[in-house]
Amino acid sequence: MTFDQVEIQLIAAVAAAACALPGAFLVLRRMAMMSDAISHTVLLGIVVAFFIVEDLNSPLLITGATLTGVLTVSLVELLNRTHLVREDAAIGLVFPALFSIAVILISRYAGDVHLDTDAVLLGELALAPFERFRPFGVDIGPVSLYVMGGILLLNLLFIAVFYKELKLSTFDAGLAAALGFSPGLIHYALMTLVSVTAVGAFDTVGSILVVALMIAPPVSAYLLTDSLPRLLGLSVLIGVASAIAGYWLAHFLDASISGAMATTAGLIFLVVLLFAPERGLVALARRRTRQRWEFAQAALAIHLYNHEDSPEAVLENRVDHLSHHLRWTPEFAVRVVQMAEQRGLIRRKNGHLALTDAGRRTAQTMLAAT
Amino acid sequence: MTIDFTLRTVALGTAVLGIVSGALGSFAVLRRQSLLGDAMSHAALPGIVLAFLLTRSRTPIVLLIGAILAGWVAALLMGVVVRYTRIKQDSALGLVLSVFFGFGLMLLTFVQRIPDAGQAGLNRYLFGQAATLLEQDIVTMAVLGGIALALMVLFWKELKLLSFDASFGASLGFPMRALDTLLITLIVVAIGVGLQAVGVVLMSAMIVAPAAAARQWTNRLGVMVALAALFGAVSGVGGVLISSSGGGFATGPTIVLVASGLVFLSLLLAPNRGLLARWLQRQRSRRRLRVTAVLSDLYTLAQQHDDPEHAHDIAVLRTMSAGSGGVGHTLETLAERGLVRQSRPGHWTLTQAGRIEAERIARGEEE
Repeated sequence: MTFDQVEIQLIAAVAAAACALPGAFLVLRRMAMMSDAISHTVLLGIVVAFFIVEDLNSPLLITGATLTGVLTVSLVELLNRTHLVREDAAIGLVFPALFSIAVILISRYAGDVHLDTDAVLLGELALAPFERFRPFGVDIGPVSLYVMGGILLLNLLFIAVFYKELKLSTFDAGLAAALGFSPGLIHYALMTLVSVTAVGAFDTVGSILVVALMIAPPVSAYLLTDSLPRLLGLSVLIGVASAIAGYWLAHFLDASISGAMATTAGLIFLVVLLFAPERGLVALARRRTRQRWEFAQAALAIHLYNHEDSPEAVLENRVDHLSHHLRWTPEFAVRVVQMAEQRGLIRRKNGHLALTDAGRRTAQTMLAAT
Repeated sequence: MTIDFTLRTVALGTAVLGIVSGALGSFAVLRRQSLLGDAMSHAALPGIVLAFLLTRSRTPIVLLIGAILAGWVAALLMGVVVRYTRIKQDSALGLVLSVFFGFGLMLLTFVQRIPDAGQAGLNRYLFGQAATLLEQDIVTMAVLGGIALALMVLFWKELKLLSFDASFGASLGFPMRALDTLLITLIVVAIGVGLQAVGVVLMSAMIVAPAAAARQWTNRLGVMVALAALFGAVSGVGGVLISSSGGGFATGPTIVLVASGLVFLSLLLAPNRGLLARWLQRQRSRRRLRVTAVLSDLYTLAQQHDDPEHAHDIAVLRTMSAGSGGVGHTLETLAERGLVRQSRPGHWTLTQAGRIEAERIARGEEE
């Protein structure tokens, strides 16, 4: 590994961690698409701020971009409050419009500056180490590492200080308001955080990847845990893993790093979606199959219980009769009987089926439960 | 302005794109799936690149089929995620959108580094380049869009049910799941039709904006779909004309801005629902309320006085109105209608007609 490679991975990992933290709250608050909107519209803020200060490295650009992010949120809310369009449509109306204005401004007035839409949307992580941070002439690393590191710190600090408020307003906004916390204030603070993070990250990784890093790791983590601290930790972990794995994927394919990072984040999600211990699709399917067999065995036990000691018991309680009465296919009936026998719920007595004590108890509890 | 052949072709193309996305977008907006278009259009990118990688062809129809297939896979995946896990729609959208787009981007840069791939032109699907539309592209767009619109008309009743009361439709025995898939497929086709001109990034706006504008003017689905198609076409042609006038107005963003402008005007000016209409209505009802209030106040005063003809000072009425304002103006309105008269400056009394009207109001028989 060259030194550049280490630095790129470091920047990517820090950016991923910084994005995952506010992203987790977006996912929990069902506002994931806000990250998409904000990451697009911050471009307008950058362009406008650039026209005012005419310096691409000015911190005013970040301020301007953050303000546009917050402006996007309030415009969406304003539009939503007219009740003329629904929230999803409001988002879908506001951000393309603001983004279009930014693109037109760039192509009209900033054609000769380094400010092209491709770079903004797609980012170029490979170039990040070339811009060095040199306070007092000493090279202490790439600028973007410090920018993202600062933003990560800010996010950590905010979540640490306002953890209780964030948690309460996320899971029970009504209670939060009743207790005197202002959900609106927390909401806007969070949105400011999302904006700052989007601005910082999209310079290095591009705006679409900002969305991928904000949404994909928390969504994966959401399938793995029910506790908020663990969700935050896992999101950061998965984000960092996607970043590093993505870097190497891009390295071997000689392709866009940010694209590859989004791809690995997606692959990790796919694995989690399939194999998550409790909420994964495989676990879900297995649980359903098990429940189906257990239910069938219980139905069998109840059937036998109902006819127990009655004159028709000899007739009813035969394997070939079950398919007729419980509407089972003969194969299914044979399987169920075998399983129930193995579990000691029933036993065979000269050609017909009889309940064991355990089977009788099963039937009784099932019937009592209804 | 002279409209040359190229410009006419491009304008025709964007008109087709506007009509198709406007009409089909109406259903997405009504079903609160406005952002589905956003996800689907981003998801189309890997499809386009993969189609190119597999066939090495840049024919629009091949790339379009790739785009449509990818959009379809994305929609399917989203459906699975939302149905079988606790992940909500918005997260699923953001996930699919960013991951598919990132994947497409990775493929695109990968393809670009293959020597002699002849891939030039795939880039234009990112931001769209309407100026590169050729006549055969327009034919492809028109045929595909026409098929999508024909299917929409064919399944009109079913799609209407799906949009307004899906569970009722299910209870009638319609296969709502299949219809949902059909609608998503149609929307994906509409997006595919527009990709070359507007690009994956801004295509979502063409699904949402014309439909959202049209929604303001009508409560009827048929009218809304037709209006949305019209708004879409106007945005497309308008955007092309503005950008062709030079000055660095990129076509895609200009089309989107025209569409956004139409939305803004519709929100403002639409009858009944529009902000202006609602404001006027509020003013009207406030005025009516004030008229009733002043008339009732005068009636109360008259009843408390021996002489029903006794004129009351406007200051008393002002006090009774508790500072709601406009008492003088309201009295003049009442005088015009012959319900009150001014016996001497600043003193008012009910007329015969006014007393009858006030009694009617007191009995609760509002006009």
